[in-house]
Amino acid sequence: MDMNVPKKKLSLKEKYSHMTRGLDWEPSYQSKDDVYPYAKYEGIKIHDWDKWEDPFRLTMDAYWKYQAEKERKLYAIIDAYAQNNGHLSVTDARYINTVKLFLTGVSPLEYMAHRGFAHVGRQLPGAGPRVACLMQSIDEIRHAQTQVHSLSNYNKYYNGLHDFRHMHDRVWYLSVPKSFFDDAITAGPFEFMVAIGFSFEYVLTNLLFVPFVSGAAYNGDMGAMTFGFSAQSDEARHMTLGLEVIKFMLEQDPDNLPIVQRWIDKWAWRGTRVLTLVAMMMDYMLPKRIMSWKEAWEVYFEENGGALFKDLARYGITMPKCIEDITKEKEHLSHQAWATFYNYGAAAAFHTWTPDEDEMNWLSEKYPDSFDKYYRPRLEYWRDEAAKGNRFYNKTLPMLCQVCQIPMLFTEPGDPTKICYREAQYKDDKYHFCSDHCKEIFEHEPEKYIQSWLPVHQIYQGNCFPEGTDPTAEGFDPLAAVLAYYHMNFGRDNLDFEGSEDQKNFDAWRGVATSND
Amino acid sequence: MSNVFLALQANEETRAIIEAITEDNPHAVVHPSPAMVKIDAEGSLTVRRETIEALIGRSFDLQELHINLISLSGHIDETDDELTLHWNA
Amino acid sequence: MAVTALKDYQFEPADRVENFHGNQLLYIGWEDHLLFCAPFAFPFPPAMRFGDVVEQVLPAAFGYHPDFAKIDWATAQWFKSGQPWTPDFDKSLADNGLGHKDVIRFRTPGLTGIKGSCT
Repeated sequence: MDMNVPKKKLSLKEKYSHMTRGLDWEPSYQSKDDVYPYAKYEGIKIHDWDKWEDPFRLTMDAYWKYQAEKERKLYAIIDAYAQNNGHLSVTDARYINTVKLFLTGVSPLEYMAHRGFAHVGRQLPGAGPRVACLMQSIDEIRHAQTQVHSLSNYNKYYNGLHDFRHMHDRVWYLSVPKSFFDDAITAGPFEFMVAIGFSFEYVLTNLLFVPFVSGAAYNGDMGAMTFGFSAQSDEARHMTLGLEVIKFMLEQDPDNLPIVQRWIDKWAWRGTRVLTLVAMMMDYMLPKRIMSWKEAWEVYFEENGGALFKDLARYGITMPKCIEDITKEKEHLSHQAWATFYNYGAAAAFHTWTPDEDEMNWLSEKYPDSFDKYYRPRLEYWRDEAAKGNRFYNKTLPMLCQVCQIPMLFTEPGDPTKICYREAQYKDDKYHFCSDHCKEIFEHEPEKYIQSWLPVHQIYQGNCFPEGTDPTAEGFDPLAAVLAYYHMNFGRDNLDFEGSEDQKNFDAWRGVATSND
Repeated sequence: MSNVFLALQANEETRAIIEAITEDNPHAVVHPSPAMVKIDAEGSLTVRRETIEALIGRSFDLQELHINLISLSGHIDETDDELTLHWNA
Repeated sequence: MAVTALKDYQFEPADRVENFHGNQLLYIGWEDHLLFCAPFAFPFPPAMRFGDVVEQVLPAAFGYHPDFAKIDWATAQWFKSGQPWTPDFDKSLADNGLGHKDVIRFRTPGLTGIKGSCT
């Protein structure tokens, strides 16, 4: 009989060092610059990659073990949720619209993050960050897959979820998250790490996942809650990578500071603009609200981000410049965003509605300085007109910001009655922006942003109709042609929630589920 | 000194972990919210393997934390025995 | 350098006027009326009469608002790129000095939206 003699175990530190330092090698017949062609052009100076420390020191065997455990837990719940008709236990069918927005707007970004970290993991010359990027790349494709898988259950019953990937590349509002990630992934490896690893993962991701996922739980969506928490459990590791990258660059060379600061300024703003969608989700789309956007911003950005920037001050890093404007905007962001989707409810792949009286009172309470004064009259007018059969659908296309690609809906910092207009001239053309910050980003790298695929302009160029469409034909209906190009079904995926097929089906099915008729 | 925080899923496995954290960090404040718990602590927060093991009656690998971890803030120091979050300023 | 790049990096702008089939873009916003969430973008031929924009296009775009019917165009104040500006309704867009991707706004004194909320 074999004796099972326990071997002396390596410590965490030793195992990690064997894997990263031990398995790395110096190239001998190719120059390092040829092996890592993207490592220097951004101007970041690194003198010693061995100074890189990963505080989690996760080795591959442990990584697979814990990820497998997470998957088992996740699929046990997804199965149970589907087997028990879990979709009928959500608060009300309006909730499902948050899931549609998530699947079309966020899940494809997870896939892009997978590609981005795979690329950066290949390009960074240090073994430590390469391993961390590899793990993150695998995490991100897991997130994309588990989200698609969990949400596919809703696609069996509700409208608007049938072609999320196709929509992501074409639909007007989805160009906002899409172009955000395209901007990051087309930057160099260090900027990508600051954009996604630090600014998005460390500073902003809590604002997406924690309130959204906790909100999903609060609204009875076990499926979304579980994939959300499962993804978020990887996020702690990603955040740590993002913070280590910043510290590492700053410790390696003092010349890196201004470059890093500019990236932080840029990406804190780009990320916050993308989160406009989340602000609206929290304040308007969750039937049972968990906390307001403003509260989430205060807890996760002002308090938590404040602590982070105070800590980074020793390297000379300062709070991103845009924070002052964002602080003013937190009173208005969600209301202005929801008003925009209410305007263009005929061209969205989810339903919109006016909040009921209780919900408006909640908004007054959460936004005492802004809601009753500026936004309640707007919503009440729309509600009353809809009741008279005159529901407002804006059919004229909006002007967009050249950088964030969001319709020019944002108001002047400090004056919520005036749209904020900014413009710049570059070579032969004028360019327009929603803010000083988007303008500044453009002016630093105009050659990049003059290529923006702005959905409104693309429609006017005739690039957003199904193949073979003749826009000069008698009776041509441009809106119908654009929706066909988006693969949106008019009357099912779009328009008001009131009277929608989703609303009728949910009520009917819930009735069947809770009675013997 | 700023707060660090650790957010965990609220489930059977984390019940003992949260108890151990509060035992080892008397200054920590636990905020329960739907399906999760956020633990704030001024300056630093330490998770100790031995305290958790004493509560669950089996050996515990600190990296098991990853399964139920939602989010955190602060710099991390991790050894086989302890995981500490802290701010330097 | 207009972009941080590994090699020479120059591209055509995606929205050059040549791409709009004879039209140019004009952006129009109505001050104090945020019922319309953002200014509008329109493709117009440069030879189009400015008055035709106001009389034939704006009613479809802004007509839902109860204030729109009350507008006295003789008192409307116009701005081009934020600066006071006076259009000649009988001249073309081009002759009014409007080029591709210009932005104009109008203010209608006395009309401040639903319940005076700038909605």
